[in-house]
Amino acid sequence: MNMIEETKVKTLDIKVKNKYELVIGLEVHAQLLTNSKMYTADSTTFGNLPNTNISVITLGHPGTLPKVNKRAVEFAIKMGLACDSEITRKNIFARKNYFYPDLPKGYQLTQDKNPICVGGQVPIVLSSGEKKSIALTRIHMEEDAGKSIHLAGEVDTLVDFNRAGVPLIEIVSEPDMRSSEEAYQFLTEIKKLVKYLDVCDGNMEEGSLRCDANVSIRLRGEDELGKKVEVKNMNSFRNVARAIEHEFERQVLLSESNTEIISETRTFDATSGTTASMRTKEDLNDYRYFPEPDLSPVIVSEEWLKTIQDNLPPLPRELFEKFVLEYGLPEYDAGVLSDNKEIALFFEALCHLTTNYKAASNWVMGPVKSYLNELTLHIDDFPISITSLASLIQLIDAGKVSYSAAAQKIYPAMLLDPKKDALEIATELNLIQESSEDSLKPIVESVLKENSQKVLEYKSGKKGLMGMFMGQVMKKSNGKADPKVATKILTEILDN
Amino acid sequence: MEKFRSFDEIKKSLENKETDCKAVVTYYLNNIQTKAHLNAFVEVYTQSALDQAAAVDKKLASGNAGKLAGMVLGIKDVLCYQGHEANASSKILEGFESQFTGTAIQRLIDEDAIIIGRLNCDEFGMGSSNENSVHGRVLNGVDEERVPGGSSGGSAVAVQANLCTASLGTDTGGSVRQPAAFTGVIGVKPTYSRVSRYGLIAYASSFDTIGVFSNTVKDNALVLEIMAGSDDFDSTASRKPVPHYSELLHFDKPAKIAYLKETIYSDSLQDDIKENILGTLETLKKEGHEIVEVNFPLLDYVLPTYYILTTAEASSNLSRFDGVKYGYRSPNAHNLESMYKMTRSEGFGPEVKRRIMLGTFVLSASYYDAYFTKAQKVRRLIKEFTENLLDKYDFIIMPTTPSTAFKFGEHSNDPVAMYLEDLFTVQASVSGVPAISIPNGTDRNGLPIGLQIMANSFKEADLFAFANYLTTMKS
Repeated sequence: MNMIEETKVKTLDIKVKNKYELVIGLEVHAQLLTNSKMYTADSTTFGNLPNTNISVITLGHPGTLPKVNKRAVEFAIKMGLACDSEITRKNIFARKNYFYPDLPKGYQLTQDKNPICVGGQVPIVLSSGEKKSIALTRIHMEEDAGKSIHLAGEVDTLVDFNRAGVPLIEIVSEPDMRSSEEAYQFLTEIKKLVKYLDVCDGNMEEGSLRCDANVSIRLRGEDELGKKVEVKNMNSFRNVARAIEHEFERQVLLSESNTEIISETRTFDATSGTTASMRTKEDLNDYRYFPEPDLSPVIVSEEWLKTIQDNLPPLPRELFEKFVLEYGLPEYDAGVLSDNKEIALFFEALCHLTTNYKAASNWVMGPVKSYLNELTLHIDDFPISITSLASLIQLIDAGKVSYSAAAQKIYPAMLLDPKKDALEIATELNLIQESSEDSLKPIVESVLKENSQKVLEYKSGKKGLMGMFMGQVMKKSNGKADPKVATKILTEILDN
Repeated sequence: MEKFRSFDEIKKSLENKETDCKAVVTYYLNNIQTKAHLNAFVEVYTQSALDQAAAVDKKLASGNAGKLAGMVLGIKDVLCYQGHEANASSKILEGFESQFTGTAIQRLIDEDAIIIGRLNCDEFGMGSSNENSVHGRVLNGVDEERVPGGSSGGSAVAVQANLCTASLGTDTGGSVRQPAAFTGVIGVKPTYSRVSRYGLIAYASSFDTIGVFSNTVKDNALVLEIMAGSDDFDSTASRKPVPHYSELLHFDKPAKIAYLKETIYSDSLQDDIKENILGTLETLKKEGHEIVEVNFPLLDYVLPTYYILTTAEASSNLSRFDGVKYGYRSPNAHNLESMYKMTRSEGFGPEVKRRIMLGTFVLSASYYDAYFTKAQKVRRLIKEFTENLLDKYDFIIMPTTPSTAFKFGEHSNDPVAMYLEDLFTVQASVSGVPAISIPNGTDRNGLPIGLQIMANSFKEADLFAFANYLTTMKS
């Protein structure tokens, strides 16, 4: 399979490819983390036995009517606010009509002309460091369909309606992306946002985040957009990028051989890394959208909007800015720390207990993250409390223990016995540095007394002997002397 | 001997211990049997009605019975009642049993109304003669050669033939008022959204209402006041408080009444009906009411607007009947596409298919703006015109129907002629305002004539009071 890909790449001269510009727009479906469905009280729990999360409303029995899940609306508004979208005040739902066995009513309840969020943008950062903002067309609310199950050897198709009616938001971008990397970064940002906002678990493999890509090409410098191809069935960010790359090359090859590119829907095959035609525009459904008469419009009042706005958690880019501007951290640190909501909040909490922000950042990015990665733990399961970690940083800052002793001895001991506080462990391990001048002075004095000859040499100009005196002091103090304090006393006595 | 034609009569007999609910139900059951050939009932709940009656009798004895104790109701075959079949008179819902009880019916049962059975109608409420039913046609008790009107023909005849105290129908474009007129009973279509639609098998969601048939205005008012009101299961149901209509039936002020010139002088209006209504208007004038002739330039657009919008909604509402989950599935299907096509081709009757196709057409991308969007705009104009008029005048009076009950088969081959039957009833449906049809004498053949009164949205109390005044003025 790789062979095929390679041949294709070879046949496409990079110069030829560069004549063209790649244009990408993405449609991302995010399954909302509400307890009940979009239009009924039925549960949304994933993984239950088939057809157990259903009622007459989910099944579209005659005489039933939908009712809007306010929480789902709230989640959609949260996402819109996080993307700087305009929030629609009067929300009208629409029916998208088509026949499919997993669609119980024969239409999907969605939004057509009045999406809940209009416009907005998602800022991304590319590996080159370049920053770009991807504009959003809209975010709208809709319901998921059920699942058709084709069992091997079974003639009939079975339908599981558990997922039918589960709330979704569809995030539609403008055709603003110009490379598969931009698409990848856009998806990364979307995932980060939905997880920060707690509106979706962002799991693309399990299908709670789904992405369709609209891909077209045009000659560089051209204003008009090329014929759009919609690619479906990509189950990871990487596959989205692969599918886009493949489409780019396929469309360039077609264009170069003067073959018309058709507007169609194509499906991505992860094994071969290629796309294949699903249906052309000619046999596209006419969905006959019209305003849903079974639901009264959902009005978003100023009050409601304000409550949602006031309860919005800090967003990743806000935290990034805070870490850089307020805590004076390098952009790299701020990026790593704000990448994951839980890590960012852990770090934030730590910064309330210490003012040595850089030390806090080093600890979180270094020892803390590597411990979590090693054991594939979630930050919630990190054994050491924020208070203990802050007191460890405090011990180093106060000169009570050295950084190396803290990192190599105290921290591992704290992980094993998290109930013990840093100072307690340091004392037990005899790692507290002698930092009081009163206790160090006699040691310094006895070292100098034992080396009176060297003292004379020092005084006559052999300043390099300072290291030797330090070594002796450390040795005599069993390594517990705080080097800074010892140096200070040594200099005071010798230079007088 | 005829008895129990009103709930007051039943209540009196119950209070005087001359009868009990069981006897009332038995009386109606006998009538149903005698008049079985009218084909009003699709199914009679003999045992459960008798059981319910026994339970209500117990409650009456212990003094904790509901407001409707002793009332016996029939329900149209488009209303959901848990554990009972609901077919919408369609083959596609053959054998389908509802798993829940609709809000309106539940509220009536909670007040101890007894449900005696379900009533024949046109398939999915689509028709004006009750000839489009998988259960067969319903005969008009006045003249069995003639239609009872539709779509709630069974509900009208059940009250006409004294097979129950009152009945429920549904009215999307006249389906309560027109059969009420044809059978000589009282039929009301409340304001759109006044009664929850939860449990009503949808025809056209933005038009559908649950209405009431009865012999007296008071019974009609009482049933409506109990069904009406907000409902968690229907977000479109109004949250406005519901007045006690049945206690507000006294009308003693001069009314400002408009009549629409284009309706009364319409070419399609039967002469006898024209004379009848002009006579009524004359009497009202003499009684001191203000009668004003008003132009209604939009009359020609009312029917097209109605048929574009209702068929559009119906085409989507009826998509769920696909053979996948419940109801009829064609045994001849061999794959998914043929299952859809054969199930729906075999399951739906010709009128329903005609309306699904019309609705699909007006919603299709190429014709959407020319039909659907335009009809929505015209609907707004008609609604505004009607509401403005009803701000100025207390009531609009017009005939309920252009003709009295016609003979079976008379319009069967001409759907447009059949659609014209709704000419005067659709205005209230398009506008959402309440309207009532009351019996107003007969034509030269002795066939009942219906008089229609419209009031502004949520003015049901005025509507009932005025209708009550009119019926007492006549007698």
